[in-house]
Formats: sequence, C-alpha cells, structure tokens
Amino acid sequence: MLAFASGNLTLLLAVPVIGAAVLMLIPRRNTQGLFACALVFTSLAFLWSLNILFQFDATQGEMQLVERVPWMRFYGIQYLVGIDGISLFLVLLTTFLMPIAILASWSVQARIKEYLFFMLVLETGMLGAFVALDLFLFYVFWEVMLVPMYFLIGVWGGTRRIYAAIKFVLYTMAGSLLMLVAIIYLATRHAQLTQVLTFDVLQFYNLQLPFHEQVWLFLAFALSFAIKVPLFPFHTWLPDAHVEAPTAGSVILAAILLKLGTYGFVRFAIPLFPAAALAAAPIIIALAVVGIIYGALVAMMQPDIKKLVAYSSVSHLGFVMLGLFVFNLQGTQGGIYQMLNHGLSTGALFLLVGMIYDRRHTRIIEDFGGLWKPLPIFSALLLVVTFSSIGLPGLNGFVGEFLILLGAFRVTPVWTAAAATGVILGAIYMLWMLRRVIFGPISHSENQTLQDLNGREILILAPVVALIVLLGIYPQPFLSRMTPSIDLALKRVLTVQGPPATVSHLADRNTSHGGR
Amino acid sequence: MADVNLLPLLPATQVLLTALVVMLLDLFLKEKEKGLLAWLSLLGLALCGVETVLLWGSQDGAFGDTLLLDNFALFFTQIFVGAAALTILASIHYVRDAKIYEGEFYALILFATVGMIVMAAANDLIVFFLGLETMSVAVYVLTGMWRSNSRSSEAAMKYFLMGAFATGFLLYGIALIYGATGSTHLSEISASLLEPMTESPLYLAGGVLLLWVGFAFKVGAVPFHFWIPDVYEGAPTPVTGFMSVAVKAAAFAAWARILMHKLSPFDSDLAGPLWLMAIATMTLGNLLALSQPSVKRMLAYSSIAHAGYLLIALIAGEEWGGPPLLFYLVTYTVMTAGAFAVLASLMDENSAGENYSDFAGLGFKRPFLAAAMALFMLSLAGFPPLAGFTGKFYIFRSAVLAGHTNLAVIGVLNSLLSVIYYLRVIVAMYMEEGGVKGKSFRQSPYLYIAVALSLLGTVYLGVIPAKALEWSRISFFALD
Repeated sequence: MLAFASGNLTLLLAVPVIGAAVLMLIPRRNTQGLFACALVFTSLAFLWSLNILFQFDATQGEMQLVERVPWMRFYGIQYLVGIDGISLFLVLLTTFLMPIAILASWSVQARIKEYLFFMLVLETGMLGAFVALDLFLFYVFWEVMLVPMYFLIGVWGGTRRIYAAIKFVLYTMAGSLLMLVAIIYLATRHAQLTQVLTFDVLQFYNLQLPFHEQVWLFLAFALSFAIKVPLFPFHTWLPDAHVEAPTAGSVILAAILLKLGTYGFVRFAIPLFPAAALAAAPIIIALAVVGIIYGALVAMMQPDIKKLVAYSSVSHLGFVMLGLFVFNLQGTQGGIYQMLNHGLSTGALFLLVGMIYDRRHTRIIEDFGGLWKPLPIFSALLLVVTFSSIGLPGLNGFVGEFLILLGAFRVTPVWTAAAATGVILGAIYMLWMLRRVIFGPISHSENQTLQDLNGREILILAPVVALIVLLGIYPQPFLSRMTPSIDLALKRVLTVQGPPATVSHLADRNTSHGGR
Repeated sequence: MADVNLLPLLPATQVLLTALVVMLLDLFLKEKEKGLLAWLSLLGLALCGVETVLLWGSQDGAFGDTLLLDNFALFFTQIFVGAAALTILASIHYVRDAKIYEGEFYALILFATVGMIVMAAANDLIVFFLGLETMSVAVYVLTGMWRSNSRSSEAAMKYFLMGAFATGFLLYGIALIYGATGSTHLSEISASLLEPMTESPLYLAGGVLLLWVGFAFKVGAVPFHFWIPDVYEGAPTPVTGFMSVAVKAAAFAAWARILMHKLSPFDSDLAGPLWLMAIATMTLGNLLALSQPSVKRMLAYSSIAHAGYLLIALIAGEEWGGPPLLFYLVTYTVMTAGAFAVLASLMDENSAGENYSDFAGLGFKRPFLAAAMALFMLSLAGFPPLAGFTGKFYIFRSAVLAGHTNLAVIGVLNSLLSVIYYLRVIVAMYMEEGGVKGKSFRQSPYLYIAVALSLLGTVYLGVIPAKALEWSRISFFALD
C-alpha cells in the first residue's frame, strides 16, 4: 500500500532492479526484447522521478518524502531515504540520462543481456546513493555502484580495459574503506555522547565533535569523495576509466558517478564536520584551482578526443569544488548547478564522441577535419554542446560558472582570478578541438563518405541539447528549488561553534556580505 | 554424578552413529550403489541439525559439566553440520573422479564433525583435547585420501607433522595449567584464577601461552601459518574447503570459550602479542595471496588473512568482539564453502584445474557457476550487500567500540589489498578469453545445490543479517 504512494522513493529505487529481474527472463537471442525491456524500465524510472518532482515542495529546505524502516534494529541501522533540493535534480539527471545511455548502447554487440543488467543495477546504486540518509545505507549503495561499473569497463571496454577497470575499483575503494571506518567511528561517538545508537545523517548533523576528531573524520570522508570527484591530485584513474569505458559507461561515469563525489561533500563531509571543512577550505580551494588549470592544460595537449573530454572533466569539477568550498549561497548554488551542467554537456560530448567513433573507429583528432560538410547535423550539435561546455552565455554552462566565480570572488579574489583563467583555457582547447575536427578542408578521404546522424542518434541528443538551452536561459525554476536546502546546509556550516582563527576569517567575510 | 545426563551428547552421538553406519554399510554395498552413502551422511547431518534447533536454549551439562550443552555449542554445531553437508554435496562427483574411497571419505568427514562438536562443547581441557584429536586425525587422513596424487600424500604428511607439533604445544600447555591450578575443568580453573596465587604464577602463564600457540597453529595465524598453503593446495579441493571453514571455526570456538571467556584475566597479558599477530596475519596473508598463480593457493593465503580479521574480534574482547566473531564465522563459512565448491567443479578425469587460467572465459560458458563465484569473490573482498561485508563491518565496529580504531584502519587497508586478488578471478572469468584453455565445468547437480545454498546464504546474510546477528549475540552470551 505505502509503496505505491505518490512520489515514493523506494519505488524509484525498485524500478531498475525489477527491470534487471525481468531482463533475466528474456532469452539471450532476443536482443530487441532485451533493449526494449531496459528502455521501458529506465523510462518508467524517469517518469516516476518526474512524479517526485511534482510532489516536491519547492519552498521547503528540509528532507522530503522521507521513508524510514528499521533494518538492523539492534545496531541502529535503518533503511532511511529522503530527498531535498540538492539531491532532487541529481536524481532527475540520473533517471533522465539512463534511457539515453541505453539508447546509446545500440552498438554494443556482445553479451547484451549482462550489459543491460549491469546498467540497471548501476542505476539503482546511483539513485540509492543520492537519496540514502542513513550512512550505512549510503555506504552500501556507494559500493554497489562500483561492481557494475567495474564490469562495464572491464568486459565491454577498449583494449586496456582490465587495467582501467581494476584501477577504477582500487582507487575508489581506497577512499571508501577509510570512510567506512570513519562512519563506524562517528556512529560510536554519537552513541557515546547522546546515548542514541543510529546511523541517521540528520541526527549526526547536530553532533558537535571536538575539532581534532572532526579533522580525522573529515579527511577520511573527503579522501573518498575527492577521489570520486576527482580532485587534483587524485584524478589519475579518470582518464583511463573514461577512455576504456564503452560510450554509455563514459556518459554515466562523467555525468553521474563523478557527481556523487561532489554530492558527498555537500551532503556528508561538509555539514557533518563543519569546523574541519572550514579549516580545510583553503587547501581544497587551492587544489580545485590547480585542478582547473592543470586539467585544462593537459586537455589542450590530448590527441584523443575522449581523453580531451576526460581531462576537461577534471577542470570542470574543479569549478564545482571551488563553488562548494567558499560557503556562500552563490558559490554553492553555482556548484550544484554546474554539477547538472557538466552532467549534460559532458554526457553529450561523450555521446557525440561515441557516435563518430562508431563511424570511423578512431578518436584521434588528427584523423578528422572538415566534418562540417559530410556531417552537418553532427557538427551543429557538437558546436552547441562545446559552447555549453565552454560556458557561452545563453547556454547552461555560463550560469553555473558565473555563479561560482561570483561567489568565490567575495571570499578569495586571487584564487578566483586564477580559476577564471581556466575558463579562458577551456575556451581555447575546446575551440581548437572544434576547429581541427569540424572545420577546415577534409584531409582524410575516409571522412568524405561518412553518414550523418540517424534518427535514433538525433533522438538521443535532442533532449540533452534542449535541456542545455533551457538551463541556460531559464535557470530560475531549478535554482529556486535548490535554494531553501542550500540555505539550510550553509546555516549548519556557518553557525559552527568556536572555529579556529583561519576559519572565522573565512566565515566573517561571508556573513559581512549579508550571506546572500 | 550417579545418573548421567545424556542429552548434551545427543548431537555428537547422532553424527557418530551416522558415521559408523556409513562405514558398516560401505562393506556391503556394490561400487555403483555407494552414492547412497552420501545421502545417508546428509540425512544424519540433517537430523543433527534438527536436534540443535530443538535443543536451542538449553543450558545443560554432562559428565560433571565437562561437556556443555549451551547455545554457544549449538551455534557452532550448526556451523559444523552445515559446512560438512556442503562439503559432502560438493564432493560427490569429485571423489568419484579422483577415485577416492567413498565410504571412508564420508565417514571421515562425519568423524571430524564429531570432534568439532566436542571441541565447541568442551568445558574441560582433556575433553577439548579429545575432540581436537578426533577432528585432527580424521582431517589428516582426508588430506591424503587422493592416493594417486603425490601432492595429496605430501600434504597429509606435512599436515600430520605440523599438527602433531601443535598438539604437543597444547598438551604441554594443558599440563602446565593443571600443575598450577590442580584441575583441567575450566570452571574450576577460572575460579582458581580469582583466588590469590599460591603456586608459581609462571606455570600458569606458561601454560596459557602454550595453549595460545597451539590455537594459533590450528587457525593458521602468522607466524604459525607455514603449513597452510601446501596442505590446502595438496588436499582434495572439497577437503580444503572443509578445512578452511570447519576446522578453523572449531579452533576459534575453542579459542573463544577457553582463552577469551574462561581465562579472560589473561586477556590483557596477551593483548600485545595478539595485536601484533592479528596485523601480521592479515597483512602477510594478503600480500602472499597477491602473488599466487593458483586460485586454490590464493584461497589458502586468503584464509590466513581472514583468520587475521577474526583475531581482531578476539582483541576487541568478550563484550564487543564475541558476537561479531561468531557472525563472521557464519558468513565466512557460506562464502568460502561456496567458492571451494565452484573450484571443485573444475575437476575432470585427468586433473584438477585450479589456476586462474582455468577460469578464463567461464563467465559466459557456465553463467550460473561463474556468477556465483563472482559473488563469492566479491563477498570475500567485502563488497556490500553481501555476507562478507556485514561480517567485516561488525568486526571493524567491534574494534572501534573497544578503542582499537587503528586496528580497524589496518583491517580495511588489508581489505583493499584483498580486492586485488579476488577481482583477478573475476577478470579471468569475464574479461579474458578462454578458448581451449578454459576447462568445462562439471555438470554435477549436487554441486549446483551446494553452490546455490552457499549463494543463498551469502546474499541473505548480506541483505537481512538482523536475525543471524541476534542469533550470534544470544549464542555468545550464553557462555557462563
């Protein structure tokens, strides 16, 4: 009864798993049926998430649609899910991109059943991590995501797929296992201080741990999330994983999995350990800005388009981190907005790269040139998506980057100025790539006879591009739903008791500007 | 003392009688009909399992309380019976292919189970020793039962020598404790610990230390682990599974009851060495497992590493570490028994496939067995929501609760190391092309049952562990 209440999150989590179970019943030979099944269930999940969007009360910053069921009562572990303005759009982004990723997997030939099975399990894992409010539950979902992604890269990936898959798993686990100890420690301390045994994040928010304990716990959480983001210098797994993953894998990896890292900071690392987060802010801001510039410079030198896009992710997520760690409304808004933007534009870029790879079986920039003539639709879409990635006004990237820089400038003008050069560098490498791929004369005769995008491929890209434009010209409905939750999250950080000297300095600057 | 209460003996006697019937019947059955023996053994084990359920909650003792019937003993009896049943299911085809005498094989598994049941129930050092020897002798023979295979004989020899060595330590330790306290009865020993020491305390301390070394031998803790890789590799694969699961559980059962519970005043003295031992066991086990070309040997080293995780629970002490220890042993039993069952299925008429290359490409040839193996590996590596994760979670939690956060950190870093080699099996099964090299799995329905049961347990204990956790808590705190 309860499970079918309108806007129910458990149902959202269940839909992909049910899809995976149905998939098992379809014969292996029936590839059309397998694809149709995966498509139907991911679309159902998307429709249900739209229903959640309508149920969502935009004026409230607190957790909504909360469901709470005891799981391991004696240990205080519960099944606890809920959604707020921060996770709402990330959930929507996930459900929106999954049918697209399935559609983009048409070129997968071998072992389609297993492939789609892992895609569906992956969706539940990601959605679960976005809505889990019990730290134990969150950790379970966080690790559950790893396994399907490991298989997607390792089985359906490129030539160095095994290396990339193992590297991906080991890097991610290295961080998350320490987070597990931190979770256990946090729950233990909470039980000691309040006599309540729980893993409920909302209750942990009220815990005021001494500064030195916060620092250790923050480090454990932050390492786990920083690897996922990836924050410089923990990014080295990313190019390998991206380049070797199949197209849909890259799309999901870039668009959603990386967001779990930044989401982890907003939801867990920062509000749970505010004093430590404030103290660590200068270091993280510095690493973010280094990542922005470093990612851009390395991207510029890449001969492979996919690698170029992968490094551009390092750069773009540096912006997100910068926005999140200046602790004011604009910065955080921009950071979260930019998560969506990066999901859309980088997702679309990987889709486009995949499409051209299916035709030419190469991703080397040198092998292209002059694609504008044989592939006008492809080139037009690539142009729009690239502009979105650069942050051209009128498209989504501009709103996010502008808000981040606005927020950051009030706190740390010097680092902000450095980060702004990243915007310029971004424009340089992206436009340079565009010039070498779609403009100029056709230097390779193979390119002359390429087929332009077909109906399916246009259908895949059209909604993404539509959203890119929508988020660019009309950000208000998105921002207004985020704002109450962000206000609440910031209040938790900035009302921290007795911060050390360096921290109060940062907090003062924000509050003296009125907080908004 | 006049009327002997036989009820506490029921589970052990049940299995013992089954073993005797199996041995006798073996003489009268034709070669083709010997499959019956396996079913008879399973029936006996199932009856024993039913008895443990019916006797659940009793607090009873026999022979002047030297053999106890409490939830702790019953809990471990259930583990032993389950492990023995899974082993028998997985060996039905294996023993035929390896031309191992079926009657003796099943009877010995049952004898070993009897010994384990006595070990877990023993409240007296001599009774414990009887159980230990019953188990050990049976397992020595089981190790060498593949007589046409020279490695099997070598393993049996090695195991026997090393085991005899460990026995010597234990016996000497028991003698010293008897000398110091005047009793082998654990209740009397622990009572005499509370009184001011009259005899030289060195005897007692020496006895406890020797006992400790003997236990460390049996569970394969570093630096007493040297016998494990060769013995595990040489033994017939189902026997290896049985050893790494049930023998280890029996040793930990005795360790928990004798050292952790009854001799708990020595906990603080042993804490330092135990701490070092846990770290060395985990780390060395994992590091050596990394470099093994054979999956069977890898599993042998990984069982050393798992003994290290279990030692963490022992360090955490009775209050925090007891229930996680029991729970971890259950989770370890299901996932390891399953993994060895899959490994046993690689056996064909000529040779036993046990290298990574033998697994190549199996993911898509035998989807069910390979998927099960993948889940066992992920569970052993500690991925949620599988049994191995919940087990580790509660062990690490006990370490944090007991104030040993550093041990938890070392433990999780070790888990990370273990991910590397467990994933290699998955890499071989799913990501490498098999072609001619990959062996075809044996299509034994019994083995499938064993794998399916283990898989069920692995997933169940990972997703809904609440009942089993409660169960292990009640069992541990039933110790008086």
